[in-house]
Amino acid sequence: MRRLSWFNATSLTLGFAFLYMPMVILVIYSFNESKLVTVWAGFSTKWYGELFRNEAFLDAAWVTLRVAIFSSTLATILGTAAAYVLVRGGKFFGKTLFSGMIYAPLVMPDVILGLSLLLLFISVGLDRGMLTIILAHTTFSMCYVAVVVSSRLVSFDRSLEEAAYDLGCTPWDAFRSVTLPIIAPAVISGWLLGFTLSLDDLVIASFAAGPASTTLPIKIFSAVRLGVSPEINALSSILIGLVTIGVISFSITTKRAAIRRMREENAT
Amino acid sequence: MKRAALILLPYSWLVVLFLVPFIIVVKISLSDPALSIPPYSPTLDLSAGWAGLTSFFGALDFDNFRFLTTDNLYWMAYLSSLKIAVISTFVALLVAYPIAYGMARAPEEWRPTLLMLVILPFWSSFLIRVYSWKAILANEGLLNQLLLWIGVISEPLTILNTPTAVYIGIVYTYLPFMVLPLYSALEKLDTSLLEAAEDLGCTRFQAFWLVTFPLSRNGIIAGCFLVFIPVMGEFVIPALLGGSQTLMIGKVLWEEFFSNRDWPVASAVAVILLAILVIPIVLFQRNEEKQREAEG
Amino acid sequence: MAHSNPQDVFAPWTDPDAKPLIRFANVTKRFGDFTAIDDLTIDIYEREFFALLGPSGCGKTTIMRMLAGFETPTEGTIELDGRDIARVPPNLRPVNMMFQSYALFPHLSVWDNIAFGLKRSDMAKDEIPARVEEMLRLTRLDRFAKRKPHQISGGQRQRVALARALAKAPKLLLLDEPLGALDKKLREETQFELMDIQEKTGTTFVIVTHDQEEAMTVASRVAVMDHGKIKQVDTPAHIYETPASTYVADFIGDVNLFRGTATARGDGTYSIDYGEGSAPIEVSECDLSLETGASVTFAIRPEKIRVSSEPPEDRDNVVEGTIIDIGYLGNLSTYHVELPGGQMVKASMTNATRLSRRDFTWEDKIWLSFRSSAGVVLTE
Repeated sequence: MRRLSWFNATSLTLGFAFLYMPMVILVIYSFNESKLVTVWAGFSTKWYGELFRNEAFLDAAWVTLRVAIFSSTLATILGTAAAYVLVRGGKFFGKTLFSGMIYAPLVMPDVILGLSLLLLFISVGLDRGMLTIILAHTTFSMCYVAVVVSSRLVSFDRSLEEAAYDLGCTPWDAFRSVTLPIIAPAVISGWLLGFTLSLDDLVIASFAAGPASTTLPIKIFSAVRLGVSPEINALSSILIGLVTIGVISFSITTKRAAIRRMREENAT
Repeated sequence: MKRAALILLPYSWLVVLFLVPFIIVVKISLSDPALSIPPYSPTLDLSAGWAGLTSFFGALDFDNFRFLTTDNLYWMAYLSSLKIAVISTFVALLVAYPIAYGMARAPEEWRPTLLMLVILPFWSSFLIRVYSWKAILANEGLLNQLLLWIGVISEPLTILNTPTAVYIGIVYTYLPFMVLPLYSALEKLDTSLLEAAEDLGCTRFQAFWLVTFPLSRNGIIAGCFLVFIPVMGEFVIPALLGGSQTLMIGKVLWEEFFSNRDWPVASAVAVILLAILVIPIVLFQRNEEKQREAEG
Repeated sequence: MAHSNPQDVFAPWTDPDAKPLIRFANVTKRFGDFTAIDDLTIDIYEREFFALLGPSGCGKTTIMRMLAGFETPTEGTIELDGRDIARVPPNLRPVNMMFQSYALFPHLSVWDNIAFGLKRSDMAKDEIPARVEEMLRLTRLDRFAKRKPHQISGGQRQRVALARALAKAPKLLLLDEPLGALDKKLREETQFELMDIQEKTGTTFVIVTHDQEEAMTVASRVAVMDHGKIKQVDTPAHIYETPASTYVADFIGDVNLFRGTATARGDGTYSIDYGEGSAPIEVSECDLSLETGASVTFAIRPEKIRVSSEPPEDRDNVVEGTIIDIGYLGNLSTYHVELPGGQMVKASMTNATRLSRRDFTWEDKIWLSFRSSAGVVLTE
């Protein structure tokens, strides 16, 4: 089976066409001259210009970016600690509850998470704004980080940490100089995952956001709910472009790192 | 001491921002709507001491849940969500299987790239991917233009704002969740098993049906749960593509909360939705555990 | 090798005034209901090469982990140089360990792996490079200092692990199955290298292994373990020639066991009846004082039994048998011989001449013979 059979080649072609066609069309039509998105009226970049003059979108983008950076950083710290405690912490009171709370947000519908957080913020009298969005995003992102990091910790040879203690490390020193460098790729992927989840989230942010702080997804949603707008096409194209560049460059660097790591692990 | 701090930090974060909010949802679902701020009663008044506590619990009741059973809207919404989730999970499986199979049979040096192509949409915005179908499915949209041009139809089809559009949107956005577990199951499959089956007299198709398909069962189960569970609570796809015709419980919850401001009913809707989802979630976890044990 | 040199016998365990480096006193370790170590008492002396030998699950790794500080005993004390170390954490013990998986840090070079422990000791910063170079020379790794662990071979990795553990000049070095990952040939070479390094550095080594040949080759004393208990502690030669129990006799090397009853003949000689109709085994030079009628086991190694076509006249014990199977191992051949009573006996002969003259073959009737002092009588 060195070469693809015609059946497999067809299913791959159709499958990937299905996955990518809508986004390709979106990007093409973002350069459409006409206000009507479905009629091609010539090439133009005017919608990009419009977009960059739209203060509301720029403000929302800035809020979204700050929320994503803060929440994913906080989530990485909390999630890595949670993963370490889960995998290496031994037994402690309420461990089952703890691991349940890590896994539950991954499968719980966004509407429920958002609703429950909003009710909490209201009952403690916390004004909704950027802070509440950051708190909400950190909560679900940390669970994703914890899962990514703990799967790396599970496959990690425990005797490496013991060797560090044996050679004179305190637990913190062993974590810093041995564990952390080895799990670093997982921690970075966890951060990236948290970052994109936060950038992308509409439902939870809608519950947690106040009138003064709108994120980009909320803005996009209210703009497209009623119809298609060329400005949103331009904005979407920019986001798709950024993600594509980011993911491709990240996967090239991690692929190199993974090849190196695999060799290292086969060696030890 | 340091260990205690390390445990306490993420632990207390999750208790305060996940467990407590959830308890509040349950509590409010048992309260009565009121025209006040916050728009429900009773509110817990700890300053009244024990009497406050007993009167608080005394005022809680299942009225909201009873209300949900009397109003057809909610029944229909739960059932319609269930139906949409089941059908779209099945369609996603049919679409994803050939893709995953083709990936697993592709030359080894292509596979990482193909895998990345499946994961890439997952990293780009969910909202934008759903939105991209709006222009395609509209009455004057590209799909209708194409079909009219070919001559398959003479009148534009109405797809947008119908359940069909919701199915397309769901299958499209959740496809990677189905492809990935299928691919990882099929990729592990030893091709010499198929050769052995053919050697023992199977045709290609029999070999697939008797060997490949049963051995990819774990991938199928995992993929189906990964699509079914989030689709049950989906809000964005029906809101953007489904119009007013499509009833889904996530959308009902949203509207109950933001439009009607009936927090107790919204909370009750959430509690029941979660109760429905607990069964597949537990089944899914058990399947994952079994698989982990099997793999040692 | 000091301990094999007859002029300068290294045997501190025979000296009642010698102070042990390590003293386990009534140590018990339980994991839940499971007792891993059961009331264990041993002394290990300075400069010893001490082997803990036993099947997997016998508790030998638990002893090692208690010495390293990864486990604390449930009961009893562990003393190092007279100081109780049972509760001292691993990073504060003058003990280092070479891990079975080597546990080399994959993100650090060979040089940094060896320097890792030194950087966390009170050694002055400018002395570290000299010490690392010294260790690299000792383990012949000079050329690989800049490489990462995945860029060197298995044997080299094993030496990095050894150099890293020795760098801090520990009072005690623990080696957990140090040669388990190497192939047979490399393992044999490395055994001698280990002994050489132990000699040069004068460090006390405690090695855990399930490989009896390895334990016999490297160790000054071997402790044979089973189910959390020590069955016997002695020099390799004593363990082999005078095992204390059938378990030890059976675990170390090949052995033939005859169960029977002893009849005292006086002056350390006994005859042992082991089967209906067979002539009793005559035993001399037995240290045990046994009552007549005591049930005992007679153990004899295959190489101490001679196989011949005619009954020899100069042996105390002679018995006829039939060859059932022959195992040709190159340097020697092992014969599986069935005695008239149905018992199977293994006898091995070195193949001194190159071409076997095929003296014996399957189904041949032959004679087995051995001296009265060739075996041992065991009561356990």
